[in-house]
Amino acid sequence: MRDPVVAAIAANRFGLGARPGELDNIAGDPRGWLTSQLTGPAPLIIDPALRNTVYVMSMIEDMRSINRDARTHAMKTGGAMAVADVGRVSNGAVFGPQYVAEVLARLQQGATTDRPFVERIVQFWSNHFAVSVDKGDLLGLAGCYEREAIRPHVLGDFSELLLAAETHPAMLMYLDNFRSTGPQSQAARHVRHGGINENLAREILELHTLGVDGGYSQADVIAFARVISGWSIGTTEGGFAGGGLPGTFDFKPNLHEPGAQQVNGRVYGQNGQAQGRAVLDDLARSPATAHHIATKLARHFIADEPREDTVRSIARAFTGSNGHLPTVYRSVVAQAQAWEQPLSKYKTPSDYVFCVYRALDLPASPPGRGAQGIFNALGQRTWMPTSPAGYPDRSADWDGGSALMKRLQWAGQMGQRLGARLDARALAPRLLGGTLTAATRTALSRAESGAQALTLLLASPEFMHR
Amino acid sequence: MKRRQFIGAASLVAAGSLLTRGVAFADTGGQARLVVIIMRGALDGLAAVPPYGDPDYARLRGSLAVAAPGAKDGVLRLDGTFGLHPAFNFLQQAHADRELVVCHAVASGYRERSHFDGQNVLESGGVAPGTLDTGWLNRALGALPRGAVPADPPVALGANVPLLLRGPVDVTSWSPTRLTAVDEDTLQRVAEMYAGDPQLSKRLGEALVADAMARDEAGMAGMKAATKAGSRYDEVARAAAGFLRNDAGPRVAVFDTTGWDTHANEGGARGQLAQRFMELDAGLKLLKQQSGQAWRNTVVIAITEFGRTAAVNGTGGSDHGTGTVAFLLGGAVDGGRVLADWPGLSQRALYQQRDLAPTLDLRAVLKGVLADHMGVPRRALDETVFPDSREIKPQQGLIRA
Repeated sequence: MRDPVVAAIAANRFGLGARPGELDNIAGDPRGWLTSQLTGPAPLIIDPALRNTVYVMSMIEDMRSINRDARTHAMKTGGAMAVADVGRVSNGAVFGPQYVAEVLARLQQGATTDRPFVERIVQFWSNHFAVSVDKGDLLGLAGCYEREAIRPHVLGDFSELLLAAETHPAMLMYLDNFRSTGPQSQAARHVRHGGINENLAREILELHTLGVDGGYSQADVIAFARVISGWSIGTTEGGFAGGGLPGTFDFKPNLHEPGAQQVNGRVYGQNGQAQGRAVLDDLARSPATAHHIATKLARHFIADEPREDTVRSIARAFTGSNGHLPTVYRSVVAQAQAWEQPLSKYKTPSDYVFCVYRALDLPASPPGRGAQGIFNALGQRTWMPTSPAGYPDRSADWDGGSALMKRLQWAGQMGQRLGARLDARALAPRLLGGTLTAATRTALSRAESGAQALTLLLASPEFMHR
Repeated sequence: MKRRQFIGAASLVAAGSLLTRGVAFADTGGQARLVVIIMRGALDGLAAVPPYGDPDYARLRGSLAVAAPGAKDGVLRLDGTFGLHPAFNFLQQAHADRELVVCHAVASGYRERSHFDGQNVLESGGVAPGTLDTGWLNRALGALPRGAVPADPPVALGANVPLLLRGPVDVTSWSPTRLTAVDEDTLQRVAEMYAGDPQLSKRLGEALVADAMARDEAGMAGMKAATKAGSRYDEVARAAAGFLRNDAGPRVAVFDTTGWDTHANEGGARGQLAQRFMELDAGLKLLKQQSGQAWRNTVVIAITEFGRTAAVNGTGGSDHGTGTVAFLLGGAVDGGRVLADWPGLSQRALYQQRDLAPTLDLRAVLKGVLADHMGVPRRALDETVFPDSREIKPQQGLIRA
């Protein structure tokens, strides 16, 4: 049975909004359209403009050494006063172009993909295991991280995704683990401030796996931090140089706290890196993790406050499949609550940008047009949450009046640019299907110009929600 | 004023407050201004206001310690125990002018170490995370006696409204835009199209009110140009001051600052955190300069979710802790002192043998300001603004008589 309402819900709630014509393909079997996207490997982004982490990390090291040499030279020739005047090679100058290329490649992928559900899933996990370009060195790495650690693993098992995220150099830098040093480790005697850093261990427990009410204590945080001391990054820089390939995950035995540790009531006696892997495996299997992930998926795809039976059902799919993610996503799609009207989720600024790009078939390239700037202008710069919790996921976090006005302003600009050749009255049912309301239809038909009609379409309540 | 007439015509929910503009204030004397700055990420109170006189301070802090007053890059002396971090030049002047109260060893009621739960308690005022979906500031404004309610709604300086300011009282949000304004006719039609969607109607109304308020303030026009060379908080400080100095404008503003989660390479007298302190200090200085006469009636509160470990960690930073500092600043503050029941930094005195022990409940400080500055009744403070907090008495004497 063809159902235009359900088709529009599938395209918006689970995807990135319809491209013109797409609803016709979805309407025959909206649930099947979603689940069929989950088979096969996750689509990768292939773009010659993009660089990998090893390359970026070598640039970071180069930049540091250039700045260091400049300071040393100034100190020799002009003393301390001259050092203060030395210019620094800045992150923005070096990595800005790569950041922009990554954002545009991702936008292009989202705007054109015929597997938008998978794209949303990638964005969900990238935000769950958030890093932020707010921290200087991450500017060139955030895109690499999503493409290398998140994207290839979103259709596999949660335990693989977890390990890939926690061992990526971007995460080890963002949450400060790469220099964390066991107090009894070999290196503790030589490193000036030898000791652990709790940050990554705490956020793995609180944000990435068990959740804040997952039953761990401060002692567990410290023990887990000792377990993953030595989880670091290969480098050629003095002091931390080891055997690892520069710019890749490197377990450094000399930084690792020796001996068994007790985490969440269980003793881990493994040696080396295996100890941390064992803890991560147990965390991935914990019922608390299943519930935490199920809650976040339900909140993201279904409703700000999902019903407890909805969450429990998804958590059962997680536990029953040992964290096989496609099974979990199929459970999300199967929830009755996932297909209810009204459209209760308010699109985030990022969602909104992707939806407009798909709706209007806008090109993300050529670069230089500043398409990446619109995320910033609407209040959600790509990969720049202000905390490791990632961007928040409830309507109240995004629906401020000032934020709405900016969407209207951008919609106005799109109307001015494209309204003369796109007929919003014809486009509206092709984008919004059965969710298009009489009020919006009336507003479009009475608009004084094509530009105004297109503006109103992009401003309509059913375009703002999913 | 054209937009205002349009708002009236559109009879949007939040716009109702505009119609009473200027009426409610003439005889109530409700001139009090309040700015709340949330420092997200857990500010290191021992770095911001080092207890240089504490015998355990230098040992515990290691590379993060700042030298005593008078030494090179030493702390800026407040009294025999405490000094300000050397980046806080403006705050030192404010201390000398008796416009600054530093509250030390302070904490909310939250005793775990999650940023997100900590901020939830900080903003909601609840006894535990997730128990309230509105903010203490909104509920406080809702409890004001009729005549003392500001004509214009309180404003969040950002695209969205933080939990602190969410609730039944109408609020607005405002932030500068780099996009082209929408014409009046189109806005009118958008408003009509939103008639069946109460939430979007309300938000559109709020946006129009905020826009109108910004237009009323001549200084806002020059804002964009002025911020180019400015530091991190220039824009938001100017915006806050612009709203506050308008007698008919909003009296309450909130904004966020971030970058306080210093797990690595925190630095001492100089370094990453010192840079953030300098930016905050410059923002506060600008806020005062731009507020004009309104500064006399202003209290700025700067608060954070919790503090950090007393000892330096393994990577030259500090991990999540408990006790920290809060700042009260402004012409209405009875300042020039540090408010602290100092617990000390000996191993036995530390909370769970790692954090600065809290000896002052942040709610006592907030209650003191809300009561004496804003006129919020005691009963509301104890029951609705900070539920189940009767035993936490408002701190006396924070506000100039």
